[in-house]
Amino acid sequence: MSEYNDKIREISQRLLKECQVDMVIGFRKGSMPMMNEPCFIKNAKDAAQLVWDSNCGINLANYLTNRTEKIGIIAKGCDSRNIVTHIIENKISREQLVIIGVPCQGMIDKHKTTSMFAGDIQDVTEDGGKIKITVNGQVNELDKADVLQKNCAVCTHRNPVIYDEMVADPVEEQNVDRYEDVRQIEAMNPEEKWNYFEELLSPCIRCYACKNACPLCYCPTCFVDESKPQWVGKGQDPTDVRTFHFLRAFHCGGRCTDCGACERACPVGINMRVFTKKLEKDSFEQFGWEAGLTLDERPPLDTYRPDDPDEFIK
Amino acid sequence: MTFVKIDKKQWAQGLATLQKSYRLFGPSKEKDYYNYKALDVGEQPDFGFSNTRLSPKAILFPQSETIIEFSLDENAADHHIMKSIETDSSPRAILGIRPCDAKAVRLVNLNFDTPEYQDPYWVKALDATTFVGLACDDPKSTCFCTSTGCGPYNEEGLDLLLIEEDAQYLAKVLTDKGRAFAEAAGWNTATDGEADIDARKATAEAKITASVSMENLKNQDLMDLHGASFWEDIAFACINCGTCTFTCPTCWCFDLQDEVHGKTGKRMKNWDSCMFPLFTLHTTGHNPRGTKTQRLRQRFMHKLKYFVDKYDTGIMCVGCGRCVSQCPVNIDIRRVCDLMNNYKTDEAACTVQD
Repeated sequence: MSEYNDKIREISQRLLKECQVDMVIGFRKGSMPMMNEPCFIKNAKDAAQLVWDSNCGINLANYLTNRTEKIGIIAKGCDSRNIVTHIIENKISREQLVIIGVPCQGMIDKHKTTSMFAGDIQDVTEDGGKIKITVNGQVNELDKADVLQKNCAVCTHRNPVIYDEMVADPVEEQNVDRYEDVRQIEAMNPEEKWNYFEELLSPCIRCYACKNACPLCYCPTCFVDESKPQWVGKGQDPTDVRTFHFLRAFHCGGRCTDCGACERACPVGINMRVFTKKLEKDSFEQFGWEAGLTLDERPPLDTYRPDDPDEFIK
Repeated sequence: MTFVKIDKKQWAQGLATLQKSYRLFGPSKEKDYYNYKALDVGEQPDFGFSNTRLSPKAILFPQSETIIEFSLDENAADHHIMKSIETDSSPRAILGIRPCDAKAVRLVNLNFDTPEYQDPYWVKALDATTFVGLACDDPKSTCFCTSTGCGPYNEEGLDLLLIEEDAQYLAKVLTDKGRAFAEAAGWNTATDGEADIDARKATAEAKITASVSMENLKNQDLMDLHGASFWEDIAFACINCGTCTFTCPTCWCFDLQDEVHGKTGKRMKNWDSCMFPLFTLHTTGHNPRGTKTQRLRQRFMHKLKYFVDKYDTGIMCVGCGRCVSQCPVNIDIRRVCDLMNNYKTDEAACTVQD
């Protein structure tokens, strides 16, 4: 994907030079392997800092919330869907944005890759479908498919759904079963589920990286920070930890695009996506809804229709 | 007896003996990474780690610790009386703490044990703890301890320093606590190790290539740094999560919280984070650090300027690299430290040009 760099820089430079935007939000090269840093570029001459590769997993829609400038934003498939959601929810207006679409072939799973090698990873480069990882001076070549983020492996919207410029031709969409993992959990009995979730959440340190990396989490005061009155305990009591994760997930119901920013950001490797994916699956199966595909319709849980299929109400 | 030789065959037996009089903590692999945990009887610490995901500070300063209990039942004689909880201050030892984390404990101690105030929970835990360090022969690319006044064989804050060799550990006894620990384990084969250590130490130090510069920080004008132009750029990517502060071995901020269930309540001391919107929120609703840029600036100014000015012992960072490798958006304290150290105000720049 790094071949997109020239095109991204060329478009960004032009938008800034022509004053079509006040800033371009994108990524600059990080200070360590598998990390790029979200950044804003205000001068055309700085556009050369912008990079694109398989380490741009942070969802940039998160950086648009309530901004007032005219903004050019680099958007892969999931970012574009969250931009749509942001526009629907009035967190940014369409007129403020020039969306620079990037057809995406998936992001590298930093947690998984790091855990595959005993030594310190010094360098990661990519060439087409191959990833070259240098550990202790030794180069290891892997198939990118083996180190993809889990959400990317089952992504069905790799191309931006909304854009003003495109840096390349669309990539082929994947035809995959998105919900195998959710069905496995659904098939568990209550005790198995309890144990599974308990173990899943046991490493949580409540740093809130998952919620803060999420473009959907923009409440002026999150429920975990409410103090008058306080909604949830702030210690490490498992009930409070669960309350945080469950409520966060429910707040994303019908809005989540499974961009994977939450899991990627987690310092202790919790796959909290299983919660949001269950809600995503329910939204799809019960309402035929996939979040962020259109500006013309509101998510099912924040709209009312007299003809709702409401058989569950007796 | 400055150096003791511990045959690896005697290691498990020694630990078993120690567990009769010490609670032992050590690194242990959890899924994909290592963390410190209380070792069960007979359980060995796993020294196959470079460094742990979280620092061992939680052993002395738990993320969430109940310190006071009270009753709201007005029929009880002691209702509404805050009663201190007796915490476990029996002897304990942290096996395999890295020199960076041991130095970090000394930095945190500057805050929790002052001539004026002593945090009783911290002081008791610290007194009860023996620090058995493990020299670091294989530092990571994110390590920069040699430029923070620490190093892979640094002895500050340790009672014993272990150096791993093929068939044995060489243990350098640094304090009376360390001596008592080695004796309790039955490790008493004296040896000469100074020359060995010097060579290994030099090799390990040479492997650390990352660094920070801090020579100008003390003389930088505080308000100039506070108003520096780079904060907006650094803070842009920040998502204000607590990853950096919670994984940091030197972050000491905590928050007191009362929790009541029915008619009994407890007061807890929880880790706080300057990244969070509740940090320094006033009861009026005003927060002097109301934006993410202000919160991020607080973190770096505290570690790299306020601390430097107040204690004059260098920066409040030991170079363990945890925040560097775990920040989800790649905010790198090494870069920020250099920016602060090398910062020149626009006015100064103009003067030079004139």
